[in-house]
Amino acid sequence: MQGTGWHNPHMAQHDVGLILMRQLASGLDVPMLLADENGDLLFFNEPAEVLLGQRFDDVGELPLDERRAMFAFRDEAGNPVPPDQPPLVVALRERRPVHRRVWMRGFDGTDHEIEVTAFPLLGGGGHLIGGVAMFWVAKKA
Amino acid sequence: MRVCLWGTRGSIASAGPETVRYGGNTACAEVEGRDGTIVVLDAGTGVRRVGNTYHEPRRLDILLTHLHMDHIQGLGFFAPLFQKDFEVHVWGPPSTTQDLRTRLTRYLSPPLFPVRLRDVAARLELHDAPMGRFEIGGLAVTAQTVIHPGQTLGYRISDGESAMAYLPDHEPALGVDEMPTSADWTSGHDLAAGVDLLVHDAQYTADEYAQRVGWGHSRVSDAVDLARMSGARRLVTFHHDPAHNDETLDDMLAGAQARAADALEVLPGREGQTFRI
Repeated sequence: MQGTGWHNPHMAQHDVGLILMRQLASGLDVPMLLADENGDLLFFNEPAEVLLGQRFDDVGELPLDERRAMFAFRDEAGNPVPPDQPPLVVALRERRPVHRRVWMRGFDGTDHEIEVTAFPLLGGGGHLIGGVAMFWVAKKA
Repeated sequence: MRVCLWGTRGSIASAGPETVRYGGNTACAEVEGRDGTIVVLDAGTGVRRVGNTYHEPRRLDILLTHLHMDHIQGLGFFAPLFQKDFEVHVWGPPSTTQDLRTRLTRYLSPPLFPVRLRDVAARLELHDAPMGRFEIGGLAVTAQTVIHPGQTLGYRISDGESAMAYLPDHEPALGVDEMPTSADWTSGHDLAAGVDLLVHDAQYTADEYAQRVGWGHSRVSDAVDLARMSGARRLVTFHHDPAHNDETLDDMLAGAQARAADALEVLPGREGQTFRI
């Protein structure tokens, strides 16, 4: 039978660690966003849709630069967070967990004061496969 | 490429008159490339018989998908390990905490086993399987993590003309509302994409799966759906439940063939069966 030879022309699948994390995020009531190892947006769950002001199905996967343009962070003093300093960007670059309180403006222009917990995902063999950001609506002091 | 099934049962060996047609030995398959390179997939109890077919000293590679007992239990009975002129390479899923030798030695040492790995006569080398593509002789092997409890690999093997994929323990439906979902979010898709032969976990009926979500295995329908989605040409059902006798497996196969319709050929995973692709 004619085969496919060396090359697999149908490569499309994400790492299984990302697949499992997406499935976990889909089942939790904590707003969560999932990105690949480059920071490109892969998924956010329904609770995150409420914060971000748009359904994932309407946004889809987004390169990091487009994601930055669509929702932005400011620090507690109201200053823009530099593009290399959002928690998930730092978590991916430095392969460490990051927790930070910020203001986030969603796709719909609404501002939310939130705490972000971001952490990298290391797959089999310890290689970086992506990262997760969890959003917590900030409680007033 | 020649693919031979030496053990098709999952979980525990289940020899007996009620399993004689599909077989009772646990997971083991043998792949031979056009240049004579041989790769043995898993070392369940079926590996004992395939080991007895190698009479001349040579290199043999065993690719372990994971280290559950039904995939390694036959390793200590693999005859080439005890012949000094053989060269045996065992590849397994990588771990960041313990090397493959340490993990295998939990079983292959007293008190669970009388012989230590370091005492075998063959030249034995153990490797963490690289994620992605690597070569063994004339075969290109791709290893990728798949959904199953613990670090578990699936393998895709090609000789340049044809390709097969081996995912004996796999639960692509875990956490998914409905199979099939999109290709990019389906575990195992890339390994199975376009292969001539997909050997895949088909352990449960739908009713059984409902009681065993998270145990790491597939409904027959999941195997069919994954095969169809990935464009596999032929699906071989594998990792049969030890509680399923030949008649039950016949019924499950008929259901799978009906679901597949004309999209692909569904074949029974029977011990001793050989496929040429």
